[in-house]
Amino acid sequence: MTGISKSYPGVRALDDVGLSVSPGEVIGLVGENGAGKSTLMKILGGVAEPSAGTIVLDGEPLARLTVARSMAGGIAFVHQELNLFENLTVGANIFIGREPLRGGLLRFVDDSELHRSAQPLLAQLGADFDATTPLATLSLAQKQLVEIAKALSLKARLVIMDEPTSSLTSTETERLLATVARLRADGVAVILITHRLAEVERAADRVVVLRDGRCVAALDRSEIQAATMIRHMIGRDLKTLYRPPAGPPGEAILDLAAVRTAYRPDQSVDLSVRRGEILGLAGLVGSGRTELARAVFGLDAPLSGTIRVDDRPLPPASPTAAIARGLYLVPEDRKRCGLVLDFPIRSNVTLASLGASARRGLIDTAAEDRQARIQRDRLDIRAPDVTVTAASLSGGNQQKVVLAKWLSMRPRVLIFDEPTRGIDVGAKNEIYRLMRELSDHGVGILMISSDMEEVIGVSDRVAVMHEGRIAGLLERVTLSEQAIMSLAVGRLAA
Amino acid sequence: MIGRKDLGLLILIIVVGTVVAIINPRFLSPINLANTANLIGLFGIFAVAQAFVIISGGIELSVGSIIALLGVIFVDLVAGGTLSPGMAAIVVLVLGCIMGLAHGLLIAKMGLQPFVVTLCGLLIYRGAARYYTEDATAGFPFGASFPMLEWLTAGRFYGVPHSLIAFLAITAVMGLVLHRSVFGRYLFAVGKNEEAARYSGINTDRIVIAAYVICCGLTAVAAIFIAMYTRSISPSSHGNFYELYAIAAAVLGGCSLRGGEGSILGVVLGTVLLQVLQNLVNLLGIPSSLNFAVMGSVILIGVIADRQFSHRKTG
Repeated sequence: MTGISKSYPGVRALDDVGLSVSPGEVIGLVGENGAGKSTLMKILGGVAEPSAGTIVLDGEPLARLTVARSMAGGIAFVHQELNLFENLTVGANIFIGREPLRGGLLRFVDDSELHRSAQPLLAQLGADFDATTPLATLSLAQKQLVEIAKALSLKARLVIMDEPTSSLTSTETERLLATVARLRADGVAVILITHRLAEVERAADRVVVLRDGRCVAALDRSEIQAATMIRHMIGRDLKTLYRPPAGPPGEAILDLAAVRTAYRPDQSVDLSVRRGEILGLAGLVGSGRTELARAVFGLDAPLSGTIRVDDRPLPPASPTAAIARGLYLVPEDRKRCGLVLDFPIRSNVTLASLGASARRGLIDTAAEDRQARIQRDRLDIRAPDVTVTAASLSGGNQQKVVLAKWLSMRPRVLIFDEPTRGIDVGAKNEIYRLMRELSDHGVGILMISSDMEEVIGVSDRVAVMHEGRIAGLLERVTLSEQAIMSLAVGRLAA
Repeated sequence: MIGRKDLGLLILIIVVGTVVAIINPRFLSPINLANTANLIGLFGIFAVAQAFVIISGGIELSVGSIIALLGVIFVDLVAGGTLSPGMAAIVVLVLGCIMGLAHGLLIAKMGLQPFVVTLCGLLIYRGAARYYTEDATAGFPFGASFPMLEWLTAGRFYGVPHSLIAFLAITAVMGLVLHRSVFGRYLFAVGKNEEAARYSGINTDRIVIAAYVICCGLTAVAAIFIAMYTRSISPSSHGNFYELYAIAAAVLGGCSLRGGEGSILGVVLGTVLLQVLQNLVNLLGIPSSLNFAVMGSVILIGVIADRQFSHRKTG
C-alpha cells in the first residue's frame, strides 16, 4: 500500500500511509487508539474505500479493495471479538458456510468429512483439541486458534490479528506467539495489532507506528524496543509508570476474612486493602479474581466469610449497600457492565448518584447537568458535549465516564477490574494518575490486572491469586515479573 | 421538546385526518369527534400502561384478559349491590396491582420470560372471567342506575368525554414519572442495559416489578372505564386483542420491543393514530372486516419509513 489517505467528514483518519508486507513476515502495527490502525485495516479488508493512494496486491495495482477481492487475495482477519458459534463444533466453525456436502440434492452436511479436513489445520497450529470438540467447552485462547484455523482453511496468506492477546493469560499469550512463529515459518504473513509492546518486541520482524493517521516510524528488527515505540506513539518520552504515594498507607479500609465464593467453594480468601494504597491483584485468568470482586461488590452472594468496610461488616449480595458505604467497582467489561452505551454521557455519569440531583423523586435537570460537566472537566473526557452518547466515545474516554460515575460520589474503596484493557497509552497514563490521586486522598484501591507491566508499574503491594486463594503478597521492593508469575502458577507455597 | 419521531407521527395524524375530513365531512362532526375522543381515552390508558413494561424490556400480553376479568368482577360487585361503586373500584385496582406484582415477581425473581408469564396470564384470566360468570354476560339489571358512577366514567364535560380527561390526567402524571423522575431514568437504564444498571447499584428487580404493577394497575383503571362504557360484558370476547392495540400504539409511538426506548407523547400519538384509522374504516365505507388489515398495514409502513429515515440520518 502506498500513499493511502482516508478522510471522513471533518476528520483525516489516514494521511499518506504506506505499508508493505512480504510472505512470512510478522509486522507489528502499533499506535494509540484513534491513530488510524482500524481504518487502515478496514481498507485492507475492503470494507472502507481509500480517498487516495494505491494498493498493490500480488503485483496488481488497485485503487481499492472489495471484500471479495481481499478474501480472494488471501487476507484474513482475527478480530478482537471472535465470530464463532458457541453451539457448533470446532470443525463446523472452521467450515461455516462452506460445509462439505453429501446426499446430492438433499445437501446433508458431511460431518465426518468436515471434521477430517479440519484436523490437519488444527495440527498445523499445534492445537491440543480436535475438530469434533464443541466450541463452548474451549477457552478463549483455544477459540482464537479456531479463528486462525478458519483463516488458514481460506488459504490465507496474510492474517491480521487485532489485539489477539488482550484477554489471554501469560501462558496462552506464549502459545499464541508460538502460533504466529509457525505461521511465519509456513510463509504466511502476519500483521499484529496490539497495545502490548512486549509482545511486539518479541514477535515482530518490523514495526510500523501510526500516530494521528500518519506513519511516524518504521522500525527494523534491531530498533524494536518498547521505549522507542512509546516515544513514537505519543511523540514524547513517557515517564515511568510508578508514582510513589504521598505518605505511608493508613489502617485497613477493606477487610476480607475467610471469604468463599461459589466459583471456588474449597478455597477462602483473607485480604485487606489499606487507606492510601494501591493493592494490585495479579493472577492468571480463571484464578478467581473477578469472582472475588463480584462477591465483594455484592453482585454475587459469598458462601461464607465477612467483608468489612471501615471495620463494619457489609451486608452481602447488595451492590446498593456497597455503594452506600463508598465501595465501588469499575468492571472489566465496560460496554456491558459499566455503561449504558445509548445513554448520553450525562446520564451515565449520574446513574449511580441520581438521588443527589433529585428532589422528591424528580430529577433536577440543571443540577444533573452541572454534576456531569464538573466530572467531564475533572477527568478531561474528550467529547463535544455531555449530551453525546457513551457509545460514540473512544475506549479511554468511555472508561473515564465509568470513573466519573463513581468520582461524583465519595469513594472509600475502589475496585478496578482490568482498568486499562484496550485503552491507548495516553489515556492509560491519565487513569494511573487518577488512581494515585485518589489513593493520596485516602481511598483504598484494589486493582485487578493481567497486564504484568501495569501490575508492577502501578501497585504499592501485589497480592497474587492462584486457583481461588491468595498465593502470596509481595511488597513493592520485592516485586518482579518472575516473583508474581511463580506465585500465579502455584510454584511457590504461600 | 418534541422528538423527531413524535413530530412525524403528528404530521401523519394530521394528514390522515385531513384526507378523511375532506372525503367525509362527518369526521369533524361533534358526535364523531366525541366518540373518537372517548375511544382514545379508553384505549390510551392501557396503552400508556403497556409502554412502561415495554420500556423495561418486557411485554404484557394479558391486558385484554385482565380487562375482561376485572370488568366482570367490577360489574358484578356493583350491580349485585355487594359493594359501593367506590369500594368496588378500589378492590379492582388492588386486584390489578396484585396481578402486576405476581407477573413482576415471576419475571424478576424467578427469571421467567415476560412473554411466557403474561401469555399464561392471558389464558388464566380469560378462563377465570368465563368461570366467574359461568360464561354468561355480566351486566347491570334492567333499570339499575348509578348516576354518580355513570357520570364519572361515561359523562361529558362541555362535550369532552370524562374518559379522555382521565386519560390526559394519567398521561400527565405518567409522563412526569417516565421522563422526569429517578424511577423513570432507572426504568430506561434497566431496559437498555440491565447489567450496567445493576453495577450502578440500581435495584433492577424492584424496577421491573414496579413496571408490571404500574401496567396492570393502570389496566385496572381502564377496565372500569371500559366496563362502564360497554355496560355489559360477555367474558369470552370482552377486551379481545386489546393487548395488541396497546403494543401497536406503543410501537407506533417509538417504543422499541428491545426495551429502553419510548416516550409518553409518542404512545399518546400512537393511540390517536390507531383510533383515527378505525374511524377512517367506518367513515370511508371500507368493509369493517378489513379493519385489522388497515391497521397492520399502516403500522408496517410507519415502521419501515422510520427505519429508512433513521438509516439515512446515520449513514
